Amino acid sequence: MNDTILKSITRIIVPFIQVYGVFIILHGHLSPGGGFSGGALIGTSLILFTLVFGVKKAKVKFSERVAEISGSAGIIIYVLVGIVGLVLAGSFLTNIEAGFPAGVAGTLMSAGMIPIIMIGIGIKVASTMITLFHTLVEEEVR
Amino acid sequence: MKKIIIWILFIALFLILSIGIFDMPTSPTLDAPSYNETIHYYLENGVNETGAINIVTAVITDYRGFDTLGETIVLFAAIVAVSSVLRIPSKKNEEEAQKHE
Amino acid sequence: MIILQKILENINYLGGIALFLIGLHTVVTHSNLIKRIIGLNIMGTGVFLFFVAIGNVTGGEPPIMTEDNIGAIFINPLPSVLILTGIVVVVSMTVYSLSLVIRIFETYGTIDQKELTRLISEQNNHD
Repeated sequence: MNDTILKSITRIIVPFIQVYGVFIILHGHLSPGGGFSGGALIGTSLILFTLVFGVKKAKVKFSERVAEISGSAGIIIYVLVGIVGLVLAGSFLTNIEAGFPAGVAGTLMSAGMIPIIMIGIGIKVASTMITLFHTLVEEEVR
Repeated sequence: MKKIIIWILFIALFLILSIGIFDMPTSPTLDAPSYNETIHYYLENGVNETGAINIVTAVITDYRGFDTLGETIVLFAAIVAVSSVLRIPSKKNEEEAQKHE
Repeated sequence: MIILQKILENINYLGGIALFLIGLHTVVTHSNLIKRIIGLNIMGTGVFLFFVAIGNVTGGEPPIMTEDNIGAIFINPLPSVLILTGIVVVVSMTVYSLSLVIRIFETYGTIDQKELTRLISEQNNHD
């Protein structure tokens, strides 16, 4: 699309959407939201970028290699946290009994493994959304 | 004629399902059967056992963390399924087209 | 009068049922495959609304335990948790069916169900 207003507004608004998505992910244990909603926001910002600037430029920003690595990294973070619980406390995905710091309830650095898992889910959902969209759009253009 | 029959059918279905709703114990109070001892356990002990003040997040990632792991694997399976349908056969088709040329 | 009161009490559930039936109507009456997928999505939304409405409590607060609402009535958190799984499954299903529609369009040149049935039966007769 060759619309100057659209391009300038997209350049301004995409970073804000992404920062808001990161905020939602990191505050998943304090406020409504979490990995799924925040990841969907970040994925949506990249979809907006793809719609405005085209698939080629979006592929430079978010290549297939990055998509592969980040999509796998989300699940690997999740499983590794679970294995830490398995080793230290005897059952998969144990939280505070396995020695994760509980912190003061209601502050950002609290709740043990929950923020780590939220980051993993956020990475996974964002990369899934953008990968699926790129796959569908590429086919349609051909 | 066909449209009228379909509309009658759907209105009848709506009435049947609504009658089913009216017999359900749906009162939005604490006495509802869905508000059982599991919910009371989560609400009373959730903050102490997980450290998260958002009970929904505590249930998603701690009490039912294995379920969420399965959810992320469903997303992974979606990527694999879409790629297997869209990417691989089209490359083969291109190669065949090039050979014919 | 009692019936009106019942309807007002159960308005969330009735909305869920209405959404489900709108989606079912779309799936049954349209032959365009994309419209059928949209109908399936609307059906899923109706089921989600129905399920989440079960957790409602009159005058309840969202289940976030800050210092302001100690001892308050909280809504039921479990339906919201379970519906998250359903949303993920519906997204995956939608994307997979869209990819199949793209393949069908490349192979047959149409996404109309009746046209597709005619083309496939012609092909079978030809063979």
